Amino acid sequence: MIPRLALYSFYSSYFKAYETKRNRKWGDIAMIRNSGDTADERLNIIVLLKQVPDIEEVKFDTEKGTLDRSSARAEPNPFDLNALEAGVQIKEKSGGTVTVVSMGPPQAESALRDALARGADRAILLTDKNFGGADTLATSYTLASAIKKLGNFDLIICGEKTVDGDTGQVGPEVAEHLGIPHIAYVSEIKKCEKDGFVIVSQVGEYCYLTELKPIGLITVTKDINQPRLPSLRDKLKARKSEIEIWSADDLTNGAESNKFGIMGSPTSVYKITIPSVEGRRGKIFRGTSDESAKKFVEEFKKVLKV
Amino acid sequence: MGEFKGVMVFAEQEDGKIHPVSYELLGKGRDIADKLGVELSCVLLGFQMKNEVSELIYHGADKIFLYDHPSLENFDVIRYKQNIVNLVKEEKPEIFLLGATHLGRSLGPRIAAALKTGLTADCIDLKMDEEGNLIQIRPAFSGNILAHIKTKTRPQMSTVRYKVMEKRERDPTRKGEIIMKNLEVIEDSGMKILKKEKAGEVNITEANIIVSGGRGLKKPDDFKILRELADLLGGVVGSSRPLVDEGWIKREHQVGFSGNTVKPKLYVACGISGSPQHLAGMRDSDVIVAINTDPSAPIFKVADYGIIGDLYEVVPKLIDEIRKNKNKVLS
Repeated sequence: MIPRLALYSFYSSYFKAYETKRNRKWGDIAMIRNSGDTADERLNIIVLLKQVPDIEEVKFDTEKGTLDRSSARAEPNPFDLNALEAGVQIKEKSGGTVTVVSMGPPQAESALRDALARGADRAILLTDKNFGGADTLATSYTLASAIKKLGNFDLIICGEKTVDGDTGQVGPEVAEHLGIPHIAYVSEIKKCEKDGFVIVSQVGEYCYLTELKPIGLITVTKDINQPRLPSLRDKLKARKSEIEIWSADDLTNGAESNKFGIMGSPTSVYKITIPSVEGRRGKIFRGTSDESAKKFVEEFKKVLKV
Repeated sequence: MGEFKGVMVFAEQEDGKIHPVSYELLGKGRDIADKLGVELSCVLLGFQMKNEVSELIYHGADKIFLYDHPSLENFDVIRYKQNIVNLVKEEKPEIFLLGATHLGRSLGPRIAAALKTGLTADCIDLKMDEEGNLIQIRPAFSGNILAHIKTKTRPQMSTVRYKVMEKRERDPTRKGEIIMKNLEVIEDSGMKILKKEKAGEVNITEANIIVSGGRGLKKPDDFKILRELADLLGGVVGSSRPLVDEGWIKREHQVGFSGNTVKPKLYVACGISGSPQHLAGMRDSDVIVAINTDPSAPIFKVADYGIIGDLYEVVPKLIDEIRKNKNKVLS
């Protein structure tokens, strides 16, 4: 039989050690607690974060069909801030750490500083010219390679999607590369303990309450929380904090470099077009509201079928 | 790549009912398969689905791969993924399509990553180039641009937006083959569903008529004016994001980039200026009506009909006029 999941060696060894602990009898757990060993209860969270252009401001060259990135401020992807907030809340409750991992150009450092100011403990930026031009498969492979290198963690949290790519694919693909379960569109975390999580998520017309075993990955929606604003003091502190920079060479131990960036990307954009706003009638009514309403109703009676 | 042949569609089910997006995928899949001169197959996972299967054939499938097992009744991403990956490795389709629903957008990436192939999200059109490669067209940056994407690996995978493709007319005389598949049993997927319940009373993505309110509304209570119009038309109430963020109305009513993408027959935007984020969620509606005091509001650029006026005056008058018309018809 094919193994349940293609577990990577790091994961299986971690999992085995963890399973052994979990399978101890209740008495044993109490004993551990009594002895003051609380390290076990701490949850280590990884949050994935991307720096994106502010899409409210960004301008397009409608002739060339390209994006003028210099026209807009860069900011952390808004959905990722919900992921970060969820991670920081778990840390505040259970102890443990929040590590933020991002892939992007060197300028993405500012998004990671922002994350540190909002409560993350450690920030890692994966930056290398070989990571450039990555689609979701290469991006998720690169992020998963970094997560494997990091090791010790219980839960990965991502935003449901980014505002620039809008695919929502990187989170589930990271989970697949790591061979761990994932739940997408999470709106609430009901329980978050070392032995597992209870998660509220939406699939179609239904809300599901699901138990998720560690190590798992979730992608969160905006419903999950209201991200906090960093204080000035935390911002200043974050300005001096270290951002760890990892290049392709730092990941190649166990990772295949031809799976990074444009080399590892099966999809490519070969053309960009501007959508035509066609077929709209564009009839505008002015004047007193009485007349407008009458003409208006006349005009789309066919549509309303009244 | 020569060994990959055929088009395969993932049929999504919930509560034993096939999601309508699956029929739309079969419609588009049929066109592509005919153009390529290949077979259109379909994979369905669920429990006690035997009665539903023929519907997939009536809507264009040549062959159904059916996995019928209690453990597949509800969506479990690991169980679904593993069995589909096994099937794709056996059958080697050149194109694999899923609906861009919650389920499809959670499952698709896992299948693609397991197969080490490309996946294009949320496509609104699929075409073929001269060499028979799939051209996947999707909106990017809030719909400001359309990206045309090709995939160099096989299968070429896409999730396709709901309510964009045309389903074929049901043909109960169509014949097809149903293949019962043995599933790879996964004892523990790492997940266990404890409870399942309806998400909310409103499913705005399915609505045919939506009356939406924006910043032009002065207080939460004023949604009742819009609700009256919506009720009269047999529609539901929508909202732009600021009012949801303010807590005036539940998020299930939100239309826009970070809310719901809708494609109703009629969309009435009341006091909505039309930010790119809002337009991204409703610009594909069949008929768009805008009511706004500001003649320069971007919403008028995408509207079929616009009234420059105050929604507090216009909407009640609309309600009156529609009532009068309705009564005429009835009498």
